[in-house]
Amino acid sequence: MKASNPFWKSQLGDRVPSQMSTELDVYENEIALKKQGKIEDRVFAETRLRRGAYGQRYDNGQRSDGQITRKLQFPSEETKGPNTLWDAPGMQRIKIPYGGLNAPQLEVLADLCEEYSDGIAHITTRQDVQLHFIHIDDTPAIMRRLAAAGITTREACGNSVRNVTACPIAGVCREQVFDVTPYAKAIAYFMLGHPDCQAFGRKFKIAFSGCKDNACALVRLHDFGAIAATREVNGELKRGFELWVGGGLGPVPQQARLFDEFVPEEEILPIGQAIARVFARLGEKKNRNTARIKFLVTKLGIAEFKRLVLEERAILPYDPAWTAFLKDVPQEVEEPLKAPSLLQIDAAWPTASDRTGFDQWRGTNVYSQRQAGYATVTIALPLGDITAAQLRAVADISRKYVKETVRSTVEQNLVLRWVTEADLPALYEELTPHGLAVATAGTVMDVVSCPGTDTCKLGIASSRGLASELRTRLMTQNATQNATMHEAIRGLRIKISGCFNSCGQHHVSDLGFYGVSRNKNGYTVPHFQVVLGGEWTHNAGAYGLAIGAVPSKRIPETVERITGRYLAQRTEGESFQAFVKRIGKAECKAMLDDLTQVPSHDQDPSFYTDWGDAREFTIGDLGVGECAGEVITPIDFALVACEREVFEAQLSLDSGQFEKAATMAYESMLHGAQALLKFKFFFAPDDPEKIVPDFRTQFYDTELFFDPFARGKFAQDFFKAHEHGGRAASPEAAHQSIEEAQLFIEACYSCYARMSAAPVKAMA
Amino acid sequence: MIDPNQVQHINIKIFAKEPAAINLADTIPVFHNWIRNSVCEEMLVDVADYRHVPEGPGVMLIGHQANYSLDNREGRLGLLYNRKEALPGTFRSRLNQAFGAALRATELLEDEAPFRGKLKFNRGLTEIFVNDRLLAPNNEETWHALKPEIQEYFPGCHLEHHGEPRDLFRVIATTR
Repeated sequence: MKASNPFWKSQLGDRVPSQMSTELDVYENEIALKKQGKIEDRVFAETRLRRGAYGQRYDNGQRSDGQITRKLQFPSEETKGPNTLWDAPGMQRIKIPYGGLNAPQLEVLADLCEEYSDGIAHITTRQDVQLHFIHIDDTPAIMRRLAAAGITTREACGNSVRNVTACPIAGVCREQVFDVTPYAKAIAYFMLGHPDCQAFGRKFKIAFSGCKDNACALVRLHDFGAIAATREVNGELKRGFELWVGGGLGPVPQQARLFDEFVPEEEILPIGQAIARVFARLGEKKNRNTARIKFLVTKLGIAEFKRLVLEERAILPYDPAWTAFLKDVPQEVEEPLKAPSLLQIDAAWPTASDRTGFDQWRGTNVYSQRQAGYATVTIALPLGDITAAQLRAVADISRKYVKETVRSTVEQNLVLRWVTEADLPALYEELTPHGLAVATAGTVMDVVSCPGTDTCKLGIASSRGLASELRTRLMTQNATQNATMHEAIRGLRIKISGCFNSCGQHHVSDLGFYGVSRNKNGYTVPHFQVVLGGEWTHNAGAYGLAIGAVPSKRIPETVERITGRYLAQRTEGESFQAFVKRIGKAECKAMLDDLTQVPSHDQDPSFYTDWGDAREFTIGDLGVGECAGEVITPIDFALVACEREVFEAQLSLDSGQFEKAATMAYESMLHGAQALLKFKFFFAPDDPEKIVPDFRTQFYDTELFFDPFARGKFAQDFFKAHEHGGRAASPEAAHQSIEEAQLFIEACYSCYARMSAAPVKAMA
Repeated sequence: MIDPNQVQHINIKIFAKEPAAINLADTIPVFHNWIRNSVCEEMLVDVADYRHVPEGPGVMLIGHQANYSLDNREGRLGLLYNRKEALPGTFRSRLNQAFGAALRATELLEDEAPFRGKLKFNRGLTEIFVNDRLLAPNNEETWHALKPEIQEYFPGCHLEHHGEPRDLFRVIATTR
């Protein structure tokens, strides 16, 4: 697409390491072969995914304009994957291991987002950077320019080891056991392109944390999570890691299981390799919905999984790379640019009134490092977005105040490490004109969101639109209160996903939301499920559960109501999670009951559009369907009843009745299946032994129930629950059953929406 | 040696006169309507909302061959035409195409219901960018190569070369 694309290779010359240059030559050739029709769509799709070149919304060439679905007339009919048009804009994901960035890297990101994207670089919840609206023809030049700055996009997507994340304050954290940075870096480059990591059925995510209690690395939601630990061996303090495996979010969230309380530092890479081999050998390959390592760990049990890994470890051929990095660990320590010095605030601002903004910013965005006289400064980015000009400003500032020690965070921000305390006023003054000194870091105003319907193919509702709206309202509220928002509210976290896949990490938030849709009054209405009970701290210590769906346009009111109630009724020192537990989810749900109502389209059409989008909402090609009108069909009632049953199952679980909870969850699925059968045939059996096979024949075998992303997964969960008779062996299993039931009911809603839009009903 | 006729991806920004008079949110339905009614020469894809970004790209209309945006970079609101697809012809013809598309977009915006009487563009103040650092680095050599071409297209205008070497090549043309 860019006229300069053919010239970058010679321009950059040997600034691109030879191995990377060769890899990119191969990639460029693969593009050429695809254009000649010599590579299959599916193969090319995985090829580009493994280079971080991802699809984007509307790349199938269809888009609803709010009235009808239109064909997007891209110049070429060629494809870059199944149902993915060559010319359709895509997303380029860029791996940033442990979030570490230097000034030239910030500058190249600035250049790339300006020249190839829409002028914005987006920081993700896994410390990556994403560029959107990229043409596939531009990707080799983009990758070469990144490679010249020491950045790779290799295995940023696809069934591979994704970006290795770590605490952004590793090394400067007051509570860390030790700095995990060198270990995160070592495993990232050891696993990159490793032959044992090329045959996974799904992605594999790694995280490193310096301590157990804080949230920075979210270890327990990762496939492989390592927490720094030490142990005395023969009178010597040895470094190692508490190792967790099999965690993950998405449609079946699961907390990681403890693999070993202490894996010595010299064993972390070979154990990682052995785990990769076991995963590649025994992990599911055909059904992507059960292919993450968490399913393998569950299937085998952690003891058997560990046995297999250790058995594999014992036969691994020795690799010097396992320990070669260890000799460099002592030198891997970052250095400051300047000698430590303490803050002399009066010299900067003689009177307190002059420094109000600084004080607010210092209160939220400045962290005192373990090294006296130094601070880490967070640059809070709205929705993780940063412009090219801002990136260059950060690069300049990182040269002036620190030794280019910048990191991205899982809260979609940047941090500057090793700022002397004396420099804080000057730094604040330099960040301010660039819009980079917004005092929201680590507060309820710093809302996290996945891309959602803005660019993601799987998004159901506008997570970014909602995040932007909440951020604006909360910042306005804070400003009108002269920045005196109560500490109890200020410290809460809001995380939003556009769908159940949880890229916004809604499970581990105080207030989590994920996008769903509901059929109301003959229209499809954007909603968000409200997720409560999640714990962000303790490395994602607990996952929340959905208590009910609220129309998207009423989420701001939902936030106000829940936080208001918390503020008014919390006991002294009571955390938000403890408060939710004390008042109970039934009460939380009841608190929101009136907010679930949707006015008619005539009364308030705004409910039928999403935040930041003027089009009438749709989850596909659905416009105003044949069933438009005020009639509420029996299936509407039936599915609402199913939701209630799932919720009641949660209440049973909360009260310790896990077996009852699992049974109720299963029954809700059964009733959902029955409702669909009735909708299609006006009749359905009551006997579960007849409902299940009928559902299988009519909805599963025909793929009518299939989700575009998860395919038949939700139905398979239902069949599995039926086989078990809705029984669960533990509270964790019951928790999972509830999650599965919730998503099955969501899938029933989606199926119902699709059937309503299609002429199925008329035929029936 | 820079050959002007090899230079592609010319961007044009025409500034708004009273940016405070409009609500940027109103641009969103306008741009969706532009997609629905195919009002531009380019194939239009989607609308991107960056109002939350300080001094950012504002609201963008993403197209295949070009993007249009009510852009707020450097805190200066204006209509930005960002040509993505390369064009045949000469530098002059490409500049003419980009300026023409930007000019037409300003006229369309001024005539849209939410902006009528509020949004006015200053057509005597135009920013010309080249969105490709390799073809046109922001240096004296590019300036010397492109200045005669730009001056010929904007006769009588004062031209000023702006920015630092890291920036895109940028010239501001002001009516004398």
